[in-house]
Amino acid sequence: MSPRRTEAGGRIDRLRTIRFTFDGAPYTGHAGDTLASALLANGVTLFGRSFKYHRPRGLLTASVEEPNALVTVLRGEVREPNIPATMVEIYDGLAAISQNRFPSLAWDISAVNQLGGKLLSAGFYYKTFMGPVIGPLKGTRFWMFCEHFIRRAAGLGKAGTAPDTARYERMNAFCDVLVVGSGPAGLMAARAAADQGARVILAELEPHFGGSANWSGETIDGMPAADWAARAAGQLEGRDNVRLLPRTTVWGYYDGNTLAALERVTDHKETPGKGESRHRYWTIRAKSVVLATGSLERPLVFPGNDRPGVMLAHAAERYAIEYGVLPGDRIGLFTNNDSAYRAALALKKAGAVVVAIIDVRPELSSEMRKLAGETEAEILSGHAVIATEGGKALSGFKVQRFDMVNGALSGDARSIHADCLLMSGGWSPTIHLASQAGAKAEWNEALQAFLPPKPTTQQWIGAGAFTGSFSTAEAIAEGRAAGLSAAGATATPAALPAVEAAPGDPDPAPVFEIKAEGKSFVDFQHDVTADDVRLAHREGFVSVEHLKRYTTLGMATDQGKSSNIPGLAIMAEALGKPIPQVGTTRFRPPFSAVSIGSLAAERFGDLKPERLTPMHDWHVANGATMYSAGLWYRPMIYGHPGETIEQAYVREARGTRESAGIVDVSTLGKIAVQGPDAAEFLDRLYTNMFSTLAVGKARYGLMLREDGLAFDDGTTWRLGQQDFLMTTTTANAGKVMQHLEYFLDVIWPALKVHVTSVTDQWAGAAIGGPKARQILAACVSGTAVDNAALPFMGIVHGEIAGVPVMICRLSFSGEMAFEVYSGAGYGTHVWEALIEAGKPFGLVTYGLEALGTMRIEKGHVTGAEIDGRTTARDLHLDWMLSKKKPFIGSAMMDREGLIAPDRLELVGIVSLDNQPLNGGAHIVEELDEANPHGSLGHITACCYSPALGKYIALALVKGGKARRGTRAYVSDPLRNRFGPVEIVSNHFFDPDGSRMHG
Amino acid sequence: MLITCPYCGPRDVIEFTYQGDGNRQRPQPASQNLDAWNAYVYDRLNPAGDHNEIWQHSGGCRAHLRVVRNTLTHEISSTAFARGDHNSVARHRAEDKP
Ligand SMILES: [Zn+2]
Repeated sequence: MSPRRTEAGGRIDRLRTIRFTFDGAPYTGHAGDTLASALLANGVTLFGRSFKYHRPRGLLTASVEEPNALVTVLRGEVREPNIPATMVEIYDGLAAISQNRFPSLAWDISAVNQLGGKLLSAGFYYKTFMGPVIGPLKGTRFWMFCEHFIRRAAGLGKAGTAPDTARYERMNAFCDVLVVGSGPAGLMAARAAADQGARVILAELEPHFGGSANWSGETIDGMPAADWAARAAGQLEGRDNVRLLPRTTVWGYYDGNTLAALERVTDHKETPGKGESRHRYWTIRAKSVVLATGSLERPLVFPGNDRPGVMLAHAAERYAIEYGVLPGDRIGLFTNNDSAYRAALALKKAGAVVVAIIDVRPELSSEMRKLAGETEAEILSGHAVIATEGGKALSGFKVQRFDMVNGALSGDARSIHADCLLMSGGWSPTIHLASQAGAKAEWNEALQAFLPPKPTTQQWIGAGAFTGSFSTAEAIAEGRAAGLSAAGATATPAALPAVEAAPGDPDPAPVFEIKAEGKSFVDFQHDVTADDVRLAHREGFVSVEHLKRYTTLGMATDQGKSSNIPGLAIMAEALGKPIPQVGTTRFRPPFSAVSIGSLAAERFGDLKPERLTPMHDWHVANGATMYSAGLWYRPMIYGHPGETIEQAYVREARGTRESAGIVDVSTLGKIAVQGPDAAEFLDRLYTNMFSTLAVGKARYGLMLREDGLAFDDGTTWRLGQQDFLMTTTTANAGKVMQHLEYFLDVIWPALKVHVTSVTDQWAGAAIGGPKARQILAACVSGTAVDNAALPFMGIVHGEIAGVPVMICRLSFSGEMAFEVYSGAGYGTHVWEALIEAGKPFGLVTYGLEALGTMRIEKGHVTGAEIDGRTTARDLHLDWMLSKKKPFIGSAMMDREGLIAPDRLELVGIVSLDNQPLNGGAHIVEELDEANPHGSLGHITACCYSPALGKYIALALVKGGKARRGTRAYVSDPLRNRFGPVEIVSNHFFDPDGSRMHG
Repeated sequence: MLITCPYCGPRDVIEFTYQGDGNRQRPQPASQNLDAWNAYVYDRLNPAGDHNEIWQHSGGCRAHLRVVRNTLTHEISSTAFARGDHNSVARHRAEDKP
């Protein structure tokens, strides 16, 4: 028998023994135990060390709000830190370790921090680590220097480094009524809504439905409340329109009644089922929500209130009734309200001795006197606990006469021997989700608590303790009414389950703190004391938001579930204002910690979709080094063994200009623009005319943005009177498509035009060079490809290797070149036929590097120059700006700043020292390596030009056109590259286009 | 946030792309009134309350919608196709349904 396990009672399965370890030591518990209840049953009271002072800490609570007993759970190589021991269900083989202690939990070196308490007071970090204003450790450098040591001393559990091998998944759910919380209110709401035929989801963060019914010791419908709850949950389970989600924390309330929940599916299992996810992240869209989230008991703030053995009254009651564990043999109770008397009686009945009940109120009601009498405890009304005694475990506490009107202590202090002290500072409704939903909490003076507000935009209804109705009878009535209302039914009178409960007034005395010598903790997890709050006030932090940030009150992993209201009360007293005037902070999601794994679910690793051209496999099989360009993968070079990248692209570009080269251009954006008004639409989109374009011809077009800056360029082919094929740059395909759709939908809805993205439907190969036409002639049937049949910018239809193709004679490389389009499925077939036909002519395959090299030689622009800052004039494309018609951007393109003479203009740059140039390098008039300055502009693209035998670049340079023929310097301090250059025209090679016109 | 596309029905906001202030008035294409163009391109309302917006159902039917959204509460009080003639089509479709 474990030392603290009661003889009988509790929901645990005493026939099933579970073996687990804590800090390496073996323990046993029973099925149904949490790690907290099992360790407590084994006599363990020390669970962790506190954040800042490394004070010994035990269990404060029995559920999700636990601030002290945080553990790290180990699963193989995977470690998960900062899990409340109260939320860990034990299983065979569970291994958990305590946190924030060195070298061991019982003997912790940093506990000396307690002696230097003043050092670590509020704002310690801000004050200390501003650092000296001069010297090697000035400012934040000092913080960086100290950080390593502080992080080791202060903090929580350590995250693991092993990859998490567990599966996580996401689910979407829709329902008429989501009920959050399954206490008597939630169960009644779910049943009432389900009876109306509504689709109901009932979410409960604990493993068992029933909430307080599981440990209240009350009687409902003539049976123990826990049995009533189990029966009610069982009845719901069989219904088609009800989904029960145990171990599911609803942690976020978002717009449109969308709620986020985390279901812990396998954390309680020794071995997860095959394919079972560890956590499931639910997105629940509910027509209506019933919030039956209950309330949280508050600690009292007094010296030594953090010593292991001091716990919330209801938590002790829960351990006794639900788990059959006595947290102590000799128990004291310190309270400001009636609710805790029931807890004392429960512990008495479970076998403990209740030594004393200390109540801050001078007078007790006759009902409370009667309850207290049943506990056989000494009753000390008008008293307060002013200190606790003991080391790592409680051995007793000191009491003194207390005047709750002025907080004064009087008379002699007296010690009472006890190993457990229950405390109760009243209850705060768990309004987190309602607060997230956007409404402001309202202070209730009688209950000394913030009550949920009225719903504003979101569709929710509250019930039970959540609304401040703390009795089970009220919860049952409100739950039913809320369920009916949420399901859209009107409430009708009905016989409700009868409740037998201990009496009591729900209103606590307005006492939050006992001011006496010693550290009185407000925020247990962040080690914030009442003095810290007052210090923050003295230092000028008067708003609750600033108070939180300065003291870190309520900012730990428990988000101040038990500390917010006491902290606020102490702040209010310091300010001399009532609590509602100090205000409360708004709760933010998540309600409790959420695993990152569940948020990511299946979305991990490389999330980028890969876009592959139809000829991708061929490229890879034929030695291409692939390069990722946006989502696309494109050949960079087809390197030969031993070649550098530069050698490869120089060979490819030279081969193209000497005989012929072929490149995959399938990635170009392609949009079918069709309809009676297609030509008119293109005239409005492009700066130049398309309505004058003959069928069977293509034209190079430029688009501007509405603000007059250059947007995108490409060729558009007129395939029929009302049928155009627009091509865009690879990078802008999506943006251009959206641009077209926007104008058709929003601006010019009268135009009869339909646009369709056909990028993926066409495979494209560009073949260029002096022998390109001969190669085509050798493999194309059904059409001639000579100059008469296929002039510059002409389009023909034919066949290659039995496959229909569309060929347009246009050139990006500056050579006589043709773009051959076929259906995507035939891409590789056509490509291979072209390669085969090209063999006798020395056809080379070339990649992006050679493509870039040849376009730089020709001075064509791409996204590096059309960078959202350049105009058509800057790029010497003003010849494309039609004066005959308005087009998008035409009204704005001539604004003063866009035609200024000192704008950055496109130029060519030639390296004069025969050294490579770099993209992003600056162009300057005078070289100053020590103090680089006076940038005229920058290089946008660079290469070694085999056609010129020089390193060349394109650049955007201030007043660039006028600088042609002048000398300047490249200044690139990042890469330590400085040297002389010549500014020239961007048209380096074959400026009159004789090669492509042939 | 849910946006009810007149064509596809209520869909999650992740399916949509915001395409700007729906109050913008584009001047006549040939207009030389730079002030009007400037207002169209650069001036935006920033109301605390109902706002006319253009959203594209980019992950769905790709239609542009005129959406009235409350910037304080994200409440959407109306949605319609930006392309007016589509609305009658959608209405006919809705009426066709049994
Ligand atoms: Zn749609």
